[in-house]
Amino acid sequence: MTHAKPNLYTFAGGLALKGHKTLSNQRPIAQLPIPPQLVIPIQEHIGQITEPVVKVGDEVYKGQLLARTTGKISSPIHASSSGEIIAIEHHPVPHPSGLQAQCIIIATDGKDQWLTPPRYQSDYLNKSTPQLLQKIADAGIVGMGGAGFPASVKLSPKQSIDTLILNGAECEPYITCDDLLMQTHAQDIMLGTEIIMQILGAKQCFIGIEDNKPKAIEAMQHALKPLGKNNIEVVVIPSYYPTGGEKQLIRVLTGQSIPSKAIPAEFGMLCHNVATAYAIYHAIAYQQPLISRIVTVTGSAIQQPQNIDVLIGTTIDDLVQACATDPANIPHLIMGGPMMGYSLKHIATPIIKTSNCVLALEQALSPPAMPCIRCGQCADVCPVQLLPQQLYWYAHAKDMDKIQNYALFDCIECGCCSYVCPSRIPLIQYFRYAKQEIWAQEKEQQKSDHARQRHQAREARLARQKAEREQARAKKKQALKKSADNQSDDPKKAAIAAALERVKQKKAKQTTSTDE
Amino acid sequence: MKSPSVFNHSSPHVQANTDVAKVMLQVLLALLPGLLVIFWFFGWGIWIHLGLACMTAIACEALVLKLRGKDVMLYLKDYSAVVTAVLLVIAIPTVAPWWITVFGVSFAIIIAKQLYGGLGYNPFNPAMVGYVALLISFPLQMTIWLSPFTEFGFVESVNIIFWGFDAHLSVDALTTATPLDELKTRLALAETVSEIKMSGIFGAIAGIGWEWVNLAFLGGGLYLIYQKVISWHIPVAVLSGLFITALLFYLIAPDYYLSPILHLFSGGTMLAAFFIATDPVSSSTTPKGRLIYGVSIGVLIYMIRTWGGYPDGVAFSVLLVNMAVPTIDYYTRPQVFGYQKLDDTKEE
Repeated sequence: MTHAKPNLYTFAGGLALKGHKTLSNQRPIAQLPIPPQLVIPIQEHIGQITEPVVKVGDEVYKGQLLARTTGKISSPIHASSSGEIIAIEHHPVPHPSGLQAQCIIIATDGKDQWLTPPRYQSDYLNKSTPQLLQKIADAGIVGMGGAGFPASVKLSPKQSIDTLILNGAECEPYITCDDLLMQTHAQDIMLGTEIIMQILGAKQCFIGIEDNKPKAIEAMQHALKPLGKNNIEVVVIPSYYPTGGEKQLIRVLTGQSIPSKAIPAEFGMLCHNVATAYAIYHAIAYQQPLISRIVTVTGSAIQQPQNIDVLIGTTIDDLVQACATDPANIPHLIMGGPMMGYSLKHIATPIIKTSNCVLALEQALSPPAMPCIRCGQCADVCPVQLLPQQLYWYAHAKDMDKIQNYALFDCIECGCCSYVCPSRIPLIQYFRYAKQEIWAQEKEQQKSDHARQRHQAREARLARQKAEREQARAKKKQALKKSADNQSDDPKKAAIAAALERVKQKKAKQTTSTDE
Repeated sequence: MKSPSVFNHSSPHVQANTDVAKVMLQVLLALLPGLLVIFWFFGWGIWIHLGLACMTAIACEALVLKLRGKDVMLYLKDYSAVVTAVLLVIAIPTVAPWWITVFGVSFAIIIAKQLYGGLGYNPFNPAMVGYVALLISFPLQMTIWLSPFTEFGFVESVNIIFWGFDAHLSVDALTTATPLDELKTRLALAETVSEIKMSGIFGAIAGIGWEWVNLAFLGGGLYLIYQKVISWHIPVAVLSGLFITALLFYLIAPDYYLSPILHLFSGGTMLAAFFIATDPVSSSTTPKGRLIYGVSIGVLIYMIRTWGGYPDGVAFSVLLVNMAVPTIDYYTRPQVFGYQKLDDTKEE
């Protein structure tokens, strides 16, 4: 089945940004020596936290399970190299909050010894869908584009999927890890795509790659040919931020606007990152868990920017040192890209499954914010067609009802509005604040609702018990009265009463007979 | 382990090379051709008033910022006060006395801008508030314009601005009513447009001098659109609102109504369309809203010019529509991506 793509679609807003991609994509992917220590957080995905199955002092092998899933939406964690568990403790992790979280710390032994070395199985596709999904789940594969949603869960949607969208857009400036992965491992990505399509029963697949990656496009097209599949298509899309956003990419490739709060699966579409497809191939064909990924280390403060094949748990100071940079000379460290990444407080933060880029900039932006002059440039560039200046106004006034009317929760935090603002207002920061505030209010509301319900239930229960007691008492009273009526009267009175009764009956009989 | 000195700054971590000052400087640059044309036709007075206006604006802005406990230098450096001063000066006759400019600019900056909360908070265009205050308070000084190309040197200009008319000079010999004024007065005397146009104060398109002023502001305005400082919506809407209304009446009775072209190149039309109505703070911000806002101004300019008490209606039109901006913005919200239609039922 051939699906020709005669033309592409566009979305409103967006920006043509300076790419800064050649900074890091001119060098081959570097390999690091095994770092002396690996810091592996027990949560690297969206969903329930994992539960460690190892304890301090345990010897572990490469690829060994460290922490198992605890719920349906969860993903296991494996050892990235062999060594000894020296601690399971709180440690800085890559998270916008800058808070610490539970990590398993391995002192590596340098042997890099596998528990079971990955072995290629040629008949890897000859399995049932549940078996394939189980393998993906066991390998700890999560979405590697940034969200980190467990891949096996995403690959078993309720809806039937017609179209697979593979995201190789990589629209954020500076980041080139997917570019390099496609250049060097295009074949594995294609085979991974095949596996995903088999699992989903998808009829077609579009692989969207921005036109600023000609080498990756060529490699992918080259890798597609021997497969002989005409339902997979590499589509060259314009380099335009934020084309790599899920709903934006779907819009560009298919013209479909996924409604607010809906997911692509409801429209028979599913989106995966190229790096996830690569990891899935290795999980299925080699039984290899996800223990490494390619990370771009770049920015003006990095002496030798490049992409590195990094073991999960390697800390960022090891990475920047491998790029000939003194960690002490980094004024501003960012996890992710310049538009959506977050500042890191600690250089000892580890790389996790979703870390695509370490960006070190020479200076942080800290210009004084001027008042909003309502120029409307933010609204012009918003890919979701929001009115950021109005949202800002309501966030400022803490009018949380109004701000939701202006569709705050449709904001994808792409950063375009803040980027163009001539008053340099940190708009995204305001929107995040407002979201947090609303979530907190909702939680508070739920709590108070819960408390009120409990209170009302208690009141009702007490009232019911009281009523029951009253009833019981009344019954008892009546019963007592009755028995008292029967018993307390002395036999004389009873005899008199009985006699009277008899007389009455007699009289009644007589009257009826006289009537006749 | 060493830790870099990081700022916990929220994304994005890069920004376009722009700020309010750069926007304002672009506007000033775009105003330059118009200023030069005014100088060419109406003499040295424009520069003298310009100097006065800028000094007054900066002094007033600094004073109020200080009283409000704000960072004076930070806000002065945004050049917004200077832009207000220049826009107001363009509307003041070049031979008006010095205190006209000082009063007008002070009123614009202190009352219309700072008392409402300063940059970004003024609901009305400060320059136009200042202009209207002057026009209502001092109608005589505000309507005497030098005849174009009058031999009038720098010294004479200084004399006239600071010490009033020289005894040797006759006011009537030097000054004249503006073309729009002339048209209004004589149309009221039942003359036809074509008769009035014979009077010698009209050039190829509109009034001598004024047509070139308008052309210069048109050029400056196109530069601003090219530089993406302003969007095309408001200027196009203002000009088409004025043009279409004028065309309608002109087609009905060309002897009693001015031609649409004459309207476009007379008085403050181009200045209003590209520089006054586009003031971001006091104008509409949604794409559809900008069109409604602009057309309303264009139609109002025509109505005031044709049936109102003043020869030109730019300032009043802009201020009147400024009042409607919150309502316009509210009803013209764009459709958010992924929504069929914004749910208005949820509004309180």
